[in-house]
Amino acid sequence: MDHLFEQRSAIWDAFLTTLSLAGISGLLALVLGTVLAGMRVSPFLPLRIIATGYTEFLRNTPLTIVFFFYVFVTPSMGFSFSYKVAAVIALTCYTAAFVAEAVRSGINSVAPGQAEAARSLGMSFGQNLGLVVLPQAFRTAIPPLISVFIALVKNTSVAGAFSVLELFALSKRLTNAYSADVITILIGIALCYLVICIPLGRVAAALERKAVFGR
Amino acid sequence: MTQITQPAPEGSAATAPALLSLHGVQKHFGDLHVLRDIELEVTAGEVVVVLGPSGSGKSTLCRTINRLETIDEGEIRIDGELLPTSGPGLARLRSEVGMVFQSFNLFAHKSVLDNVTVAPIKVKKVPRAQAEREGRELLERVGVADQADKLPAQLSGGQQQRVAIARSLAMKPKVMLFDEPTSALDPEMINEVITVMTDLAKSGMTMVVVTHEMGFARRTADRVVFMDAGRIVEIQPPEQFFTAPRSERAQDFLSKILDH
Ligand SMILES: Nc1ncnc2c1ncn2[C@@H]1O[C@H](COP(=O)(O)OP(=O)(O)OP(=O)(O)O)[C@@H](O)[C@H]1O
Ligand SMILES: [Mg+2]
Repeated sequence: MDHLFEQRSAIWDAFLTTLSLAGISGLLALVLGTVLAGMRVSPFLPLRIIATGYTEFLRNTPLTIVFFFYVFVTPSMGFSFSYKVAAVIALTCYTAAFVAEAVRSGINSVAPGQAEAARSLGMSFGQNLGLVVLPQAFRTAIPPLISVFIALVKNTSVAGAFSVLELFALSKRLTNAYSADVITILIGIALCYLVICIPLGRVAAALERKAVFGR
Repeated sequence: MTQITQPAPEGSAATAPALLSLHGVQKHFGDLHVLRDIELEVTAGEVVVVLGPSGSGKSTLCRTINRLETIDEGEIRIDGELLPTSGPGLARLRSEVGMVFQSFNLFAHKSVLDNVTVAPIKVKKVPRAQAEREGRELLERVGVADQADKLPAQLSGGQQQRVAIARSLAMKPKVMLFDEPTSALDPEMINEVITVMTDLAKSGMTMVVVTHEMGFARRTADRVVFMDAGRIVEIQPPEQFFTAPRSERAQDFLSKILDH
């Protein structure tokens, strides 16, 4: 317990690192994933192929390999990022594939008549998607999206293995330093993850209730 | 241009150019030949009612006119312009053809007023204030002005369908298509929608209406198009069609719907 208290500022820093990794990657993945989902339902075959290929590839690749790619392979190709930026890129690319799947299943749940009505009013594909289909798709996509974001928060721990001092990396450091206190340290660190993930679940429940009324 | 072989509607000049024309249209769903050799011309201000047994291709005919369904052969012209296959040209022509669906298809997440204004604002770039003023006028015209701020789900079926008609009218279309607009309604709500459609016809709107409402067809249609198995079997003014149908299939169809 004492050690946890002593290390509170280190824990706080690591907590903020985890939070910012998850927050920034989550936001970027939401944008990229939504674009991918839009591409998958577009009338242009090449876009559909690219988006499907991307989603299937990333969804079925271990996150560690994606990290490996951005941390070690891209520098040798002439791009080099700081570890933290590389971590954000890796998490974004990986999570976007799951976001795309969640949004796509949301799109599929929107009655086809909605898009037909939009088309018959002369809306372009982009207007149809942005004004009619996606706003409705997101309502059904919220629960799966929240699961994706909770997974993202936990996945940030992979960054710890790539020299980013976030919660998981810190927990390894602290348990090494204070081997007698392993249990309290691990519980303390786990609580930090809960502090992020539980409110996410709450938000999901609240948004879902709102969506029911909005129907 | 093809020659007009069907009798011209009463009161309209036989030489008036067609606002809507379908020529040699063929359409398949896999092996099923759903539209066969479709020839149809509709002049401005005309009301054409499409009748026919279930599965005869009435909905498909309607949907090809604004390319919700593609066609395999033939050509469709709206006000002389060939319907483009895709792109901004198609979107523009679609905006000139209003479509009213059996299942209303109001945008579920938008208020009644937003349903009516979104396309004028986004597609035609009408300023919001003007779109809202015109939208409210249209809602007034179809009798749902007091529901403007509600969501579609809070309205009755009849009210929703009237909003759907207003939404299409907001684009100031040249022609309106109706695919069984009253078939999903409870009986007591059919009349309020039919009344709106009748008023619209009187105001001079060009309309193609698929319906089972024989009263509307008798009173309001200039011509009745009878379809069976993907073909237009006959085109007649309503009095002739209902009293003396020429084809055996139309006689059979009428005896079935008028008997029970
Ligand atoms: N998307 C589709 N794919 C395959 N077949 C279809 C499709 N849409 C319609 N059909 C078939 O095409 C035929 C014509 O359908 P259509 O909906 O145009 O008939 P309809 O005259 O409108 O019938 P109803 O009075 O039942 O609405 C039917 O046999 C129908 O099963
Ligand atoms: Mg039909």
